[in-house]
Amino acid sequence: MEASQIIFFILSAIIVVGSIMSVVSRKLLHAATYLLFVLIATAGLYLLLNFHFLAAVQLSVYVGGILVLFVFAIFLTSQVGELMPQSTLSRRIMGSVIVLSGFAFSTYVLMTHKFKTIAQSEISELDMQDLGTALIGTDMYQYLLPFEAISVLLLACIIGGILIARKK
Amino acid sequence: MEIPMQCYLIVALVMFFSGVYGFITRRNLLAMLMSLELILNAVNVFFVVFNRFLFPEHLEGMFFSLFVIGVAAAETALAIAIIINVFRSSKNIDNEEIKELKY
Repeated sequence: MEASQIIFFILSAIIVVGSIMSVVSRKLLHAATYLLFVLIATAGLYLLLNFHFLAAVQLSVYVGGILVLFVFAIFLTSQVGELMPQSTLSRRIMGSVIVLSGFAFSTYVLMTHKFKTIAQSEISELDMQDLGTALIGTDMYQYLLPFEAISVLLLACIIGGILIARKK
Repeated sequence: MEIPMQCYLIVALVMFFSGVYGFITRRNLLAMLMSLELILNAVNVFFVVFNRFLFPEHLEGMFFSLFVIGVAAAETALAIAIIINVFRSSKNIDNEEIKELKY
């Protein structure tokens, strides 16, 4: 067994256990902590796939930004150690049925479809310069327009956040 | 020997469907938002894996996940601002007990 396989198994175990625990845990802060582990392990998966920049973005935006925001919001809105109320049994059964049938169906489709995969060994690390020119270029396979759309969206988000959080 | 693509996809699938389960069964608005993050994260993994294994000469999947991460950050910030405001006006963020949107 190679090192990359062992790392993959560890990361996927963290992701599977963490994501299930983060939706069934009844303490909100514990759920946020499990979510933290899932997000860090996802960054590890990106590193394993040779997307180094994406792993850095995942760590800094998701783990460093969104999750800290979640923890602040949890402390502002609930008592520490308080158990969340559970939803009704029928709701939980309905959710499990939907999720399990959807999971079985998607697994069947993914397993039976023949993907034309390309061998990974000849793929090298992504050059930062290519990434930068692709992000702000206007040719084919370059992404200036979505980049600008995201910047307008973030501006709208800042203004909206100020408007919502402002005291009357 | 390298890891087959299906292994990555199954892991992302587990993440996606546990997010869906949380979104259906949770009653706390913040917990629902966390399940939404799980779903978005799983979709990012799907994009990246398909990009790397099927079309490694292009970068569409990677840029799409970058933009999804940006949108997710904006959406979470606004949603948390709204949730804290709801909590301020009704002392509760349980989705069964918030009956009106009046501010």
